[in-house]
Amino acid sequence: MTPDAIVSISASVALVILAVTFLVASWRVIVGPTLPDRILALDTLSGTAIGFLAVVAVKTGFALYIDIAISLGLVGFLATVAFARFVLSRGPLPGSAGPMAAQTDKTVRPASKKPDAKVKSDTKLKIKTTPARKTKKDRT
Amino acid sequence: MMDYVIAIVVSVLLLSGALFALVAALGIVRLPDLYTRMHAASKAGTVGSGLLLFAAGIESGEIAVFARSLAGFVFFILTAPVAAHLLARAAHKTGYRLLPPSVRDDLLER
Repeated sequence: MTPDAIVSISASVALVILAVTFLVASWRVIVGPTLPDRILALDTLSGTAIGFLAVVAVKTGFALYIDIAISLGLVGFLATVAFARFVLSRGPLPGSAGPMAAQTDKTVRPASKKPDAKVKSDTKLKIKTTPARKTKKDRT
Repeated sequence: MMDYVIAIVVSVLLLSGALFALVAALGIVRLPDLYTRMHAASKAGTVGSGLLLFAAGIESGEIAVFARSLAGFVFFILTAPVAAHLLARAAHKTGYRLLPPSVRDDLLER
């Protein structure tokens, strides 16, 4: 068995495993109950695509695929940051209508604690985010 | 002989990197909460694609390609925690709470 054959076989196995990874992560993108879940799964998908490109670089011998992987990592990072800003700018969830709030209502303690805690965090959010955004705009 | 050593090292890196990526995806599907899912994805996913990039750099046998793959690895290590932290903070601020089994929420008291 030549060294090239060993590397080729393991690269094929790695490609199969990464394909399964793609499927499993995209299941979370489709099902994911909340928007941040989907964003997280998309981030994982872009990370998996970077690994996939690295394996393709090993299998084909074209080193250019590594550059493509680096630029895909840059795009994936920027996409996740933009999605996080979008989640932040969409504002707080409306009361207990949100899916996560409905889940926390099952326990007694957080439910009794929740309203004032929630209001506190909301007011703080308003106070805190607007100056931060302004300074960021001034900087850019 | 050296060829075989490099081939085996590259094979081990490829397989372990792919398995780490698979573990990250399984954690995203199986864990109950956004924040626990994030803990699985941003650690295991980073290690997985980093190992695969490292394998590609070693297998090429050129210094320039190896340096590029190392740069990609370092860049990914630097950006993945930042992205995960931004997303977690945004989700927590907009009211996505931790699930009941989690015992502490330090951000809630600030």
